[in-house]
Amino acid sequence: MAAVQETVDRVRQIDVDQYRYGFETLIESEKAPKGLSEDTVRFISTKKNEPAWMLEWRLEAYRRWLTMAEPTWARVNYPKIDYQDIYYYAAPKPKKALTSVDEIDPEILKTYEKLGIPLREVVILEGVEPPPGGEPSASRKIAVDAVFDSVSVATTFKEELRKAGVIFMPISEAIREHPEIVKKYLGSVVPTSDNFFATLNAAVFSDGSFVYVPPGVRCPMELSTYFRINERNTGQFERTLIIADKGSYVSYLEGCTAPQRDENQLHAAVVELVALDDAEIKYSTVQNWYPGNSEGLGGIYNFVTKRGDCRGVNSKISWTQVETGSAITWKYPSCILRGDNSRGEFYSIAISNGHQQVDSGTKMLHLGKNTTSRIISKGIAAGVSQNTYRGLVTAHRKATGARNYTACDSLLIGDKCGAHTVPYVEAKNSSALFEHEATTSKISEDVLFYCTQRGLSQEEAVGLVVNGFVKDVLQQLPMEFAVEAQKLISISLEGSVG
Amino acid sequence: MSLLEIKDLQVRVDDREILHGLSLTVNEGEIHAIMGPNGSGKSTLSHVIAGKPGYEVTGGEILFRGEDLLEMDPDERAAKGVFLAFQYPVEIPGVVTMNFLRTAYNAQRKARGESELMAPEFLKKVREVAKRLGIPQDMLKRGVNVGFSGGEKKRNEILQMALFEPSLCILDEMDSGLDIDALRIAADGVNALRSPGRAMVVITHYQRLLNYIIPDVVHVMSKGRVVKSGGKELALELEASGYAQFDEAALTAA
Ligand SMILES: Nc1ncnc2c1ncn2[C@@H]1O[C@H](COP(=O)(O)OP(=O)(O)O)[C@@H](O)[C@H]1O
Ligand SMILES: [Mg+2]
Repeated sequence: MAAVQETVDRVRQIDVDQYRYGFETLIESEKAPKGLSEDTVRFISTKKNEPAWMLEWRLEAYRRWLTMAEPTWARVNYPKIDYQDIYYYAAPKPKKALTSVDEIDPEILKTYEKLGIPLREVVILEGVEPPPGGEPSASRKIAVDAVFDSVSVATTFKEELRKAGVIFMPISEAIREHPEIVKKYLGSVVPTSDNFFATLNAAVFSDGSFVYVPPGVRCPMELSTYFRINERNTGQFERTLIIADKGSYVSYLEGCTAPQRDENQLHAAVVELVALDDAEIKYSTVQNWYPGNSEGLGGIYNFVTKRGDCRGVNSKISWTQVETGSAITWKYPSCILRGDNSRGEFYSIAISNGHQQVDSGTKMLHLGKNTTSRIISKGIAAGVSQNTYRGLVTAHRKATGARNYTACDSLLIGDKCGAHTVPYVEAKNSSALFEHEATTSKISEDVLFYCTQRGLSQEEAVGLVVNGFVKDVLQQLPMEFAVEAQKLISISLEGSVG
Repeated sequence: MSLLEIKDLQVRVDDREILHGLSLTVNEGEIHAIMGPNGSGKSTLSHVIAGKPGYEVTGGEILFRGEDLLEMDPDERAAKGVFLAFQYPVEIPGVVTMNFLRTAYNAQRKARGESELMAPEFLKKVREVAKRLGIPQDMLKRGVNVGFSGGEKKRNEILQMALFEPSLCILDEMDSGLDIDALRIAADGVNALRSPGRAMVVITHYQRLLNYIIPDVVHVMSKGRVVKSGGKELALELEASGYAQFDEAALTAA
């Protein structure tokens, strides 16, 4: 057991030094008074210059939230959250209204530079490896929306997207500029009454991204949002709404980081996706919120609700997630397969190290005829972490010909961590065909020795085995981000053996 | 100076002594065979030389070109030129063989302060060696040893031996699980790597392998010790008379 023991020891040493994004940006910010009340909700709505209907929507959610209880069914443990001890709104204090990227506080620009996110409209050329046998990408463009604490600070390539008819803007702007679309779809996938955290989000969300792709349009570039929590004691409650109209296609990626702090910070986001007839949405997440230190102190509570509605026939929604951060992850990106022949996919890599707790998975709700879904989940647990896959696949009475394939694989590094698989399956008609496979394996002493005998360090050996394990899912990410995600995976486990 | 010098090596596993004072000297260019019945400690010896964790060395030393090998991590030993061809090579799902080879190769070069080889150059090199060993190209695209036959696994070991150009090769039961044709291919691969700068320690239970890989020196191991050493004719002698005589020799020595 010596090598594994050594690995485990090194896993234990993982500490804040390994988290590269833990710096803080010193800027002036404007906050709502601490705590949550109708006044807080009104404050946010006023700050955002919202129309009356939006305020009403929020207040209704707030009143509903007061009657709800925090869910306790997930396999996660944390001290009771004091919802009055959180700031619900923080915004970098603008000197004046911004009209271009150049007017953004240089400190914030620097922050995004450190994070490697281009806020200027640059074409990404570097650091991109073409896929095996693929064309080298000459000029790939990625439009970025950057959300700093509670507000969007920059959206790039707006003009070019507008020409294609694609609307990509902060949701706060969309509420003012495209109220008819927002009104029609906001809360139509995740209702304000959905669950404790989603309802909280509905009351206090301050920004997020909005995407509308018109009929028949293939979005000309990757859309991407980077979320950054900077302020202390501040919750981040972003709300994302993406609508792919008939026959359209969009690929969207979100990335997240936060400074390292001893207190836990709450992140309760809601993402709603709507795919109409023949439309496709590909939604990818690289989540790297601060995970806490080696003693389990600090880190983000990532309690998010993500759901896609395949509302039209032949529509498709695909979720891909690489989850490496957060102290606690509570997250189940799901698909409602309403349209006939619609398809839902969930590809997930969830890594837990140190004291992290992950309870994540998906729901595939088959309502339409001949709907199909596919779930590929890869959980990696190291340190003293707990990693749970929780999934639900159901077929409605009328969902004849529903098909699901689920494969859940868990990899354990060391013997102080745990991996758990909790699949629920419910078929209300006899023609549904659901398949489920699950494996749990360990990086064995023998594999480590084999690799080290061939000249790899322990750390490189673990990295290699892990990359082999997650490969199927990494391939689902847009190319640019697959490279980034692979690096992130080795970094998050680098602490585990080095 | 000898390439490998093992002096009075004592090794314990789980508080049980397995090697009770083993000595062995191997010079550059020599081929040594170690023969002995199952359980005599042959694999244990190979593991300790390569640095597998879990073994406690309670006495003696292992010098490699005069340096204390026991102080080094397994990957350092590999970079110094120690190669162990495993009796049971492991499978590593999802890790493409070619990628594994390149990562390992460059890790060794880096450890020696040499520049890394770029992908096209390396690919060419691997393809050449693979062709010589009759390894089909598609094997290199599969997961390391995943779904390989016994013969393919052994050939993959020899492929790595050829690529990494180690100065000490330890082959643990290379013949186990191979039919006669597979054995011949593997042995030819090994023979092609014989060179004045390279020593080999060929561990085997059966004399059969030594018809193909002709050793300079044969050692007989029994119960954790080398009980007899001689020329290549010792192997034939063993084939005729069996190991029983040496078990008694080991007992009286203990
Ligand atoms: N990991 C281990 N734990 C306990 N005993 C072991 C272990 N490995 C080997 N042994 C014991 O050491 C002795 C020598 O084994 P081994 O080196 O595999 O012999 P050989 O390769 O000559 O067949 C055997 O008695 C075996 O049971
Ligand atoms: Mg053996």
